[in-house]
Amino acid sequence: MKHSHSLAAIIIGSLLIYSCGSGPKTDSASGNAQATQAADSSMVAGGKDASSQASADEKKGTGKFTDVKLTHPLDQAMVTSGKAVYDLKCGACHKLTGEKLVGPGWKGVTDRRSPEWIMNFVTNTDEMLDKNAAAQSMLEVCMVRMPNQHLSDDDARHVLEFMRSNDNKN
Amino acid sequence: MKNIRLLLAAAAAVAVSMPSCKMKSTAAAVEGGAASKVYVAPGKYDEFYNFVSGGFNGQVSVYGLPSGRLLKIIPVFSVFPENGYGYSEETKAMLNTTQGQVPWDDQHHLELSQTNGEQDGRWLFANANNTPRVARIDLKTFKTAEILQLPNSAGNHSSPFITENTEYVVAGTRFSVPLGAEDVPISSFKKNFKSTASFIKVDSSTGHMSLAFQIVLPGMNLDLSHAGKGPSHDWFFFSSYNTEQAYTLLEVNASQKDKDYIVAVNWKKAEEYAKAGKGKKVPAEYAHNTFDEQKQLATSVMEKETLLLDPKDCPDMVYMIPCPKSPHGCDIDPTGEYIVGSGKLAALIPVFSFSKIMDAMQKKDFEGDFQGIPILKYQDVLHGEVQKPGLGPLHTEFDGRGNAYTSMFLSSEVVKWSLKDLKVLDRVPTYYSVGHLMIPGGDTKKPNGKYLVAYNKITKDRYLPTGPELAQSAQLYDISGDKMQLILDYPTVGEPHYGQACPAELIRDKQVKFYDITKNGNQYVTMGEKNVKVVRNGNRVDVYMTAIRSHLVPDNIEGVYVGDNVYFHVTNLEQDWDIPHGFAIKNNPNAELLIMPGETVTLKYTPLKQGIQPFYCTDFCSALHQEMSGYLRVSPKGSNVPLRYGTGETAPAPTAADTVAAK
Repeated sequence: MKHSHSLAAIIIGSLLIYSCGSGPKTDSASGNAQATQAADSSMVAGGKDASSQASADEKKGTGKFTDVKLTHPLDQAMVTSGKAVYDLKCGACHKLTGEKLVGPGWKGVTDRRSPEWIMNFVTNTDEMLDKNAAAQSMLEVCMVRMPNQHLSDDDARHVLEFMRSNDNKN
Repeated sequence: MKNIRLLLAAAAAVAVSMPSCKMKSTAAAVEGGAASKVYVAPGKYDEFYNFVSGGFNGQVSVYGLPSGRLLKIIPVFSVFPENGYGYSEETKAMLNTTQGQVPWDDQHHLELSQTNGEQDGRWLFANANNTPRVARIDLKTFKTAEILQLPNSAGNHSSPFITENTEYVVAGTRFSVPLGAEDVPISSFKKNFKSTASFIKVDSSTGHMSLAFQIVLPGMNLDLSHAGKGPSHDWFFFSSYNTEQAYTLLEVNASQKDKDYIVAVNWKKAEEYAKAGKGKKVPAEYAHNTFDEQKQLATSVMEKETLLLDPKDCPDMVYMIPCPKSPHGCDIDPTGEYIVGSGKLAALIPVFSFSKIMDAMQKKDFEGDFQGIPILKYQDVLHGEVQKPGLGPLHTEFDGRGNAYTSMFLSSEVVKWSLKDLKVLDRVPTYYSVGHLMIPGGDTKKPNGKYLVAYNKITKDRYLPTGPELAQSAQLYDISGDKMQLILDYPTVGEPHYGQACPAELIRDKQVKFYDITKNGNQYVTMGEKNVKVVRNGNRVDVYMTAIRSHLVPDNIEGVYVGDNVYFHVTNLEQDWDIPHGFAIKNNPNAELLIMPGETVTLKYTPLKQGIQPFYCTDFCSALHQEMSGYLRVSPKGSNVPLRYGTGETAPAPTAADTVAAK
């Protein structure tokens, strides 16, 4: 047992436990909270921060998506569908600008995160929040666990396409 | 192990120091590692779901066995403060009757649906005793899905028992009443009062209930019932008392005769007679309320007619079996051959043989008739009597190993006996005055004979005292061995009557975890925050509001006046298990809401006074739960504050008029 946790870590741990309210997974989340002080900006996909322990797993996240094929140009049907999902399930907490609402703004998210990370995060939210360093450091910023909105795999892909469109990708 | 030993020692110490009770010693509770048998470790699940009637609270409570932990209260016949059941606009109609909304009833018996005489984990049926109704609870959502009122019935006690493929749910009347609404003297009981046995058809795929027919019986009190099974599949058996047809001081006048009857009804024949047009359609008004999962809305339809079957027109449909003395329980063993009557004032338990009953009917060897219904001869149909079982036998359930267990109300004990030779095998005390008892599946073809639960009427000295009213008590016995062993007692909510229990896996894995918001068919749904709006129409204001961790949209609303009817239609945008949001607004004399993920629920609010009324989420949802709130401005009637609403930068900004008003 670690007895040397700082008060801050205990408070963060408590918040994590309360905000999830379920399962033993939160124990690991609270345990890791202190270890993951890395700022979000260090987690840009492609990894400027090569000295960190950001492995491929860290960049792609944990989940079923290991290799997401992007299309060029953007698939407009997917963009439209992704926007509909955004309006119903995501827009309550995420703005399309860089401004944080409840969750981070989406502007630039496709530069910060890999396609796999994004799709794993929206479909495997709880495990990502518990294990992924970037997700955990965002939790420390937002203080609300992202609700798992149970997007289907297709929904997640369409949302990714909508994010790419929002970031003016092609 | 050390902890358990300590616990046992402590329990023993408490038991020893307890004031002595004149009935039985309580020491039996701590023999032989009882605590370890009911210990369910944190994170582990119970083995059984136990559904227990709530009695005078009108609800159903759900416990885990063997832990005795309370898991859930399901509101059925009473409004419920936890989730606004009966208060929200969507659920108000569930409690509708021909007398308007009845907000509180008395819930006595439960029955789990069956297929081939075995539990199938689909639905739970519940009765309302006072204003006669039968409800169906959906076990995917643990919500009341349907409530059917019953005409020509009063004191719906003999209910809701089912046939072995859930073809019918029955509801026998406890109080005889005149059919229809004619004004007659109470003293004309014998002439004008009738009892009815209602047969409710259950749709095998949807569970939807409809009143198929009612059998009109002589004025008397039907008490309990059970359907036959296996060879006796076609039959239903009802216990009765007050065949004396008394209508005052029943405690003396209904106990005059040495024997009352078990009423045997051939429901297959009744079904044929109904189809063949032997019944009489008569006007009868009764409410039929259903909750539409898709629209998330309860609707109430007034039915207009019922079909009455008179045994005089339907030969071989009803017979009377004499049974000593004021029989209460009427229980059929797993093979379907033995019918156990429990004369609650008798010093023995009569056990009838179905095959002997069939023989006697064929021979037409009757001892007479009761208002035209043939009476079989007691000795001809008797399998035998359990002699000196105890005092006040009430109910019997079975373990599937040839043993029966009968609750003894007066002598406060459970008695185990053998169906084969009717010998008493074992007895254990209850604390105290046991009513129903229950073995998981104990009234089906396949009992799970591991546990028995006794539901007790009196609780003195079992728990910490809580003023004049004490918690009701259930007691769990291990019946897997030759000797019954008390292993736990735990308090219950309301007065438990009957219970049902089934293996957890039959229900556990079918649970709905959240409602798919893309399938939300509520007419007032808000599909995402972009669609939030507030609409005025005369003095009606509809607020289309959304809730998600951790804000409500809109959270600033102005332009509502005193006397407006404000409808808050709150859509929970969450798509995650166990994340309901609450909604409450200050000074609302109606209620509050609890909205499940993906659901829309509506609260009506009519402000009586001007002022700023904060509203907020009542169910802790995240670290920023306290921040999930907003304000409604209620202005005087006739003022001209414009309708405005928003959240964040869209929230109403001050106008010139506001500034002037402030000065």
